[in-house]
Amino acid sequence: MTEVRAEMVANVWQVVASEGDQVADGDTLVILESMKMEIPVLAESDGKLTKLAVAEGDVVQEGDLIAVIE
Amino acid sequence: MIESVLVANRGEIARRVIRTARRMGIRSVAVYSEADAALPYVSEADEAVPIGPAPPASSYLDVRAVLGAARAAGAAAIHPGYGFLSESAEFAAAVNEAGLTWIGPPPAAIEQMGDKINARNLMERAGVPVASGTREPVADVTAAAAEAARIGYPVMIKAAAGGGGIGMSAVGNETELRAGFETARTRAERFFGNPSILLERYVEQARHVEVQILGLDDGRVLALGERDCSVQRRHQKIAEETPSPGVSPELRAQMLAAAARAGETVAYRGAGTVEFLVDAATSDFMFLEMNTRIQVEHPITEMVTGIDLVEQQFLIAAGEDVSFRPASVRAEGHAVELRVYAEDPRRFLPSPGLITEWTEPSGPGVRVDAGYEAGNLVTPFYDPLLAKLCVHGASRDEALQRARAAVAGFRVSGPKTNLPFHAELLDSDEFTSGCYDTSVVARLRS
Repeated sequence: MTEVRAEMVANVWQVVASEGDQVADGDTLVILESMKMEIPVLAESDGKLTKLAVAEGDVVQEGDLIAVIE
Repeated sequence: MIESVLVANRGEIARRVIRTARRMGIRSVAVYSEADAALPYVSEADEAVPIGPAPPASSYLDVRAVLGAARAAGAAAIHPGYGFLSESAEFAAAVNEAGLTWIGPPPAAIEQMGDKINARNLMERAGVPVASGTREPVADVTAAAAEAARIGYPVMIKAAAGGGGIGMSAVGNETELRAGFETARTRAERFFGNPSILLERYVEQARHVEVQILGLDDGRVLALGERDCSVQRRHQKIAEETPSPGVSPELRAQMLAAAARAGETVAYRGAGTVEFLVDAATSDFMFLEMNTRIQVEHPITEMVTGIDLVEQQFLIAAGEDVSFRPASVRAEGHAVELRVYAEDPRRFLPSPGLITEWTEPSGPGVRVDAGYEAGNLVTPFYDPLLAKLCVHGASRDEALQRARAAVAGFRVSGPKTNLPFHAELLDSDEFTSGCYDTSVVARLRS
């Protein structure tokens, strides 16, 4: 199981993947926006996206859980 | 003279405009979003009006909220700063229609320069050199491929309504063009509300040099020297200096004359900046765009000329003479601006957070235009600019030496900042030699 966490405070601009998707290492899961910059959050392993913890418009803090891949 | 002004902006530029307003005896009104209530500019203004939640679309970009605040506070004029509504011709017109004084150029000049395709075509007709590129919006990816083949790779993909480097990308072949075109269109629509795209020849070894202009009330357009803005990451400026070490006296004379002609072509009034690319190999220069507002890096021009540009904006908007004699402007010494961003100094990724320590450097020739102080929270809603560290010296060597000391003396804790990058830049052979181009940061990071 891999947990994907936010690297910084940011707004969730776009949720690209959906729970239940099969994802590959490097796939874009979510696009965050901070300080007028888009920051893609990528899958860090191959597997099934069992949890997507954020929705568009959410504010995430550094270290917050974004997704779980199993 | 103007009796009062609402500053429709935030952070360092709002604070800087308020400072000059106070010196001129103009009552200042700040506006602030819920995220910015504790910033210094809010308490330093004579009056402050909340205008909405943190997202810019609900506050600083909300024309009705800003005009409502001006009415409530009885402000007689609006200064837009840079970014946000500063280059909105509709906003400028709405300010005039509300019976307020707009501290900026005529709405028609903003509109003519706001569309980059229109601006390029206009400049070409006025005899200002432009890079080869498209003369009308590129409709789709097939048309883009045909145009790029005509122009010749590499080409730059740009949003016609864009600015600030957002949505720009350089592509070296048709595959990259096809991949980049849709992204550029999406971003152009999202950030600028207009999906029009233009293509322009991309000069690989280029300096980015801009000219400060000032359109006077009598119709004359002055060119107050250039600024070299070649130190960039993600097509956004990090450090600027004046004079440019890559511009000869002959080239400077040509560029200043072209910039004044650009301003005259659109009957420009007030402070504006004409941006050019200079081909490092051939010294050919090409018009890029015009920014119809005060520029972020205006302080270095102020430091070498001794002219307060914001004061001139107020005077020109009030229909008065500028405070200096146009024939006697002289640039003395050398000035550098280092933009202090809340971002990590390696990858330049945003780093919002609470500022726990903030100590600004001081000393001869040092000026700090800061938007924050200790105890402020840097939020993810706005651009990462915390402060502009500006340093003047009698020579370039002295300015760089003073800048090194000032960077070492600037202490910020909490958010990561790019101050360590500035220390590295000021020690790099490429920057100190003066022979650098817009790829200098990429080379420092490779």
